Amino acid sequence: MVKKIYFQSIFFSFFFIKEAFAAESGGMPQLNPEFWVSQIFWLILTFGIMYLVLSKLILPKISNNLESRKSQILENIEAAEKQREDSDAKLKEYDEIISKSKLEANSIFNQAREKALKDIGAKREVLDKQIDNEIAEAEKEIDVLRKNAPDKINKIAIETSSELLQKLIGAEVNNSSISAIVDDLSKRNGDKYYGN
Amino acid sequence: MAANPMSQFDVYRIGPEIKVGAFDISFTNASLFMILSTVSILLIFNLGSKKNSILPNKIQLLAELSYTFVSKMISDTAGSKAKPYFAFIFSLFMFVLFCNMFGMIPYTFTVTSHIIVTFVLAAFIFIGVTVIGFIKHGFGYLKLFVPSGVPAVLLPLIVVIEIISYLSRPISLSVRLFANMMAGHTMMKVFGGFVISLGIVGGWLPLSFSVALTGLEILVAFLQAYVFAILTCIYLNDALNLHH
Repeated sequence: MVKKIYFQSIFFSFFFIKEAFAAESGGMPQLNPEFWVSQIFWLILTFGIMYLVLSKLILPKISNNLESRKSQILENIEAAEKQREDSDAKLKEYDEIISKSKLEANSIFNQAREKALKDIGAKREVLDKQIDNEIAEAEKEIDVLRKNAPDKINKIAIETSSELLQKLIGAEVNNSSISAIVDDLSKRNGDKYYGN
Repeated sequence: MAANPMSQFDVYRIGPEIKVGAFDISFTNASLFMILSTVSILLIFNLGSKKNSILPNKIQLLAELSYTFVSKMISDTAGSKAKPYFAFIFSLFMFVLFCNMFGMIPYTFTVTSHIIVTFVLAAFIFIGVTVIGFIKHGFGYLKLFVPSGVPAVLLPLIVVIEIISYLSRPISLSVRLFANMMAGHTMMKVFGGFVISLGIVGGWLPLSFSVALTGLEILVAFLQAYVFAILTCIYLNDALNLHH
C-alpha cells in the first residue's frame, strides 16, 4: 500500500506542480506540463498512423514474402528430392539393363561357341568318313594291283624268256613248257619277291 | 545552456503556436522526432517489403529479421493467441527502438526520455490489456489477483499485493523506460561536460568514459525497447491465458 500511495502521490502531483517547476529553470523539463498535451497529441497521431500503415500495408506484405519464400523453398526441396529419387531409380534401371545385357552377351557367346564346336565336330566327322572311304578304296586298288601283279610278271617272264631262247638258240620253244617252268620258279621264289 | 545536462530534454515550439480550445498542440521538437522515427520506420519497412526475392537484399533482410524477431518474441511469451496483437507490439517495439536510437545521435531529442510519452504508451497498454482480459474471461479475469495454492490466512494480504502490483504496471513500465533514457543521456552529457572542463590534459579519462557510455547507451536503447515490448507481451499473456 505504501508503494502505491507513494507512486500515486508522485504521479498525481505532476498535474499540480506546473507553477512550481515552470518557475524553476534548473528542474526536470519532463515535469513541465506546458507541452504535455502537444506531446500526447503528436504521439497518438504519429503512432496511430504508423500502426495503421504497418498493420494494413507493410506487415501483411512481409508476412506474405516470408510465407512465399518458405513455401517456395519447401517446393524446391521437394522437387530436388523427387529428382534425386528419379535419378536413383534410373540408375538402378541402368544397372539392371547393364547386368542383363552382360548375361545376354555371355549366353550368346556361349551359344555361338557351342554351335561352332558342333559344326566343327560334324564337319570333322564327315571329313573323317570321306578320308576313311578314300583310304579303303585306295587299299582295295592296291590289293587288286597286288593280286594281279604276279600273273602279269609271269606273262612278261614267259614272253621274255621265249624271245630270249629264240634269239639264243634260234629255235621255236613251246610256250607251255616255258610257262610251266616259270610257274614253278615263281612258286618257289614267289615268297622272296612279294613277301607273301 | 549547454552546461546544464537537463537542457537536452527541453521541449520547445517549432513554428507557430497551435491551440485547439484550451489545449496547446503546437509542433515541437518532440513532435519532429516522433515524425522522424515513424517516417524512418515506414520507409525502411516499406523498402524491405517491396520486392519479394528469394535471396533478400540487405534492407529486405533487415525487415524480415525484425519481423521474425518480434513474432518469435510474442509467440514465446504470449503464445499463439497473441497473433492479432502482433502489429501493435511490432509498432510499439519499433517506435520505442527508433526513438531511443534517434536520441543517440548528438544534438537530437529523445522522445522516450519524457515521462508523459512513455506513460501514455504504458497507460494505453494497461487499459488495453485490462479490457482484453475482461472481454476474454469476464469477471473471471479477477482470478488474476487470487493466486492458486496460497494458504487462506495469507490470501487477503496476497490479493492486496497482487492488486497493487497490477495497478503499478503502467507506472513501472513507463518509469523504467523514461528513467533509463533520461539517466543515460544525462550521464553522457555530464561526462561530455567534464571533457571540456578538464581540457586537453585531464579530459582524456572522461572522454574514454563517454565513448564507453555511448556503447552502453546504444545497448540500453535496444534493451529498453525490447523490455518494453516483452513486458507488454507478458501483460498480454496474463490477459489471454489466465494461469492463476
